[in-house]
Amino acid sequence: MNMPYYVAPEQVMKDRADYARKGIARGRAMVGLRYDHGIALVAENPSDTLRKLAEIYDRIAFGGVGRYNEFDQLRVAGIRAADLKGFQYSRDDVDARSLANQYSQILGQIFTHEMKPLEVEILVAEVGYEPDGDQMFHILYDGQVHDLHQFSVLGGDADAIDARMKDTYVEGLSMADALRIARAALAGDRHLSATDLEVAVLSRTNGRRCFLRLSEVEVAEMLGENVEDTHTAQQIAAAIEDTVIAQAPEAPPAP
Amino acid sequence: MPIFHPGDDPGSSFPELLRRTFGDAPAAARGDLDVPHATTCVALRFHDGVVMAGDRRATSGNLISHRGMEKVVQADKYSGVAIAGAAGPAMEMIKLFQLQLEHYEKVEGTSLSLEGKANQLSTMVRSNLPAAMQGMVVVPIFAGYDLRRQTGRLWTFDVTGGRYEEQEYVATGSGSLHASTVIKVAYRPGQDRESGVRLVCRALWEAADADSATGGPDALRGIYPVVATITAKGWQRLDDSELAGVFESIVDEVRVR
Repeated sequence: MNMPYYVAPEQVMKDRADYARKGIARGRAMVGLRYDHGIALVAENPSDTLRKLAEIYDRIAFGGVGRYNEFDQLRVAGIRAADLKGFQYSRDDVDARSLANQYSQILGQIFTHEMKPLEVEILVAEVGYEPDGDQMFHILYDGQVHDLHQFSVLGGDADAIDARMKDTYVEGLSMADALRIARAALAGDRHLSATDLEVAVLSRTNGRRCFLRLSEVEVAEMLGENVEDTHTAQQIAAAIEDTVIAQAPEAPPAP
Repeated sequence: MPIFHPGDDPGSSFPELLRRTFGDAPAAARGDLDVPHATTCVALRFHDGVVMAGDRRATSGNLISHRGMEKVVQADKYSGVAIAGAAGPAMEMIKLFQLQLEHYEKVEGTSLSLEGKANQLSTMVRSNLPAAMQGMVVVPIFAGYDLRRQTGRLWTFDVTGGRYEEQEYVATGSGSLHASTVIKVAYRPGQDRESGVRLVCRALWEAADADSATGGPDALRGIYPVVATITAKGWQRLDDSELAGVFESIVDEVRVR
């Protein structure tokens, strides 16, 4: 008679965690960090169509690393949860903490109950009305949540990048400085140019929808790659923050 | 958090997501309810895009229920919607429409085309048909700037969701007959912004003059119609000081007459 194999639960969990970690370590990393007007998200991503950073709601952004199809599904689920909540209650009731909890539940559930854990780490960032209100939640493949106040590093080689960030990060950075620090931390001893990066910011100065994706040209200019250009990084940052992106208005007043 | 199986996924449609999450909307109320009604809205094409305008009055039978209602609202950066009919369902439809455009943009990472937006609104008007049969009629105008074709475009709808693109101007609501006649006699293709704005204001003036459910400019309370232009630069609402000037000149003109 065949006996079913017995595998200790500790071993099952360890194998799954190793599997997920390996998958995540293969992918490129991203960094989320606070700057003076909000939160900047910088990901190493050579594609400008398959994105790692996205808008979830007025003040909330999403960043994912690991398997694209898996974090993209989580991104869409987050947008749906946020839009449903905002529609059912009020736009003010949608917050990052509750989204992070929901993500944590899903990831934890899949980690313990499914054959294969999700090979993703995600970041849910919310920009506050005041700098004190900025929040970042880093959610791991097994549902662990960390809240971070300065910066957050996700993806492959995270420990080394985290160490480099610790050395260079200071409070109250300008947008251009934040980008430079993030690029240097992601690059290590390699060179990363604007084409290798995907950059988005949640800016307090951007009206209702705080999320703003920076184009490759804007990123290059902010990083000072285009030396002939007469704009200074500050001017560009100001111009970017003045741009009001495709904004829908506030909900119409009650009739 | 809503997660769906691939065969059951609502895609980028928010109304579909709502239906899957909360079930079908409750059936329309029966009987003749005396609910607030919104009235006259117009829109016309001018050289740089479109201009939309709507009065501010809502009526319940003979009673003025609101003086400051805004029936012309921005839908997203490059489009606006104006609504006449039962105010409750109309405002709900606008809220859902705005949300759908934003939801689509976030899920897909790109905006719907202008025609796609008009089509979406058409679906929403059609889904209101059972309520319309109970008297809760909602008839919108949709206007926007088509970035691909680089021109302003206008659509009018009927209660069944029928969608008709117009080349010159559209009007909806109880005062639409008077308003559209005014525009019809003075409309010139390719006119500039100033004369376009003046023409929609004049149309609303005449509608308010002849239709009791349409409100005129209320200088006493400082309530003026909502007038907005949509051009390559996006939606821009005119401020009341500019409108006050336009209506003053209309008053002068009418006084001489």
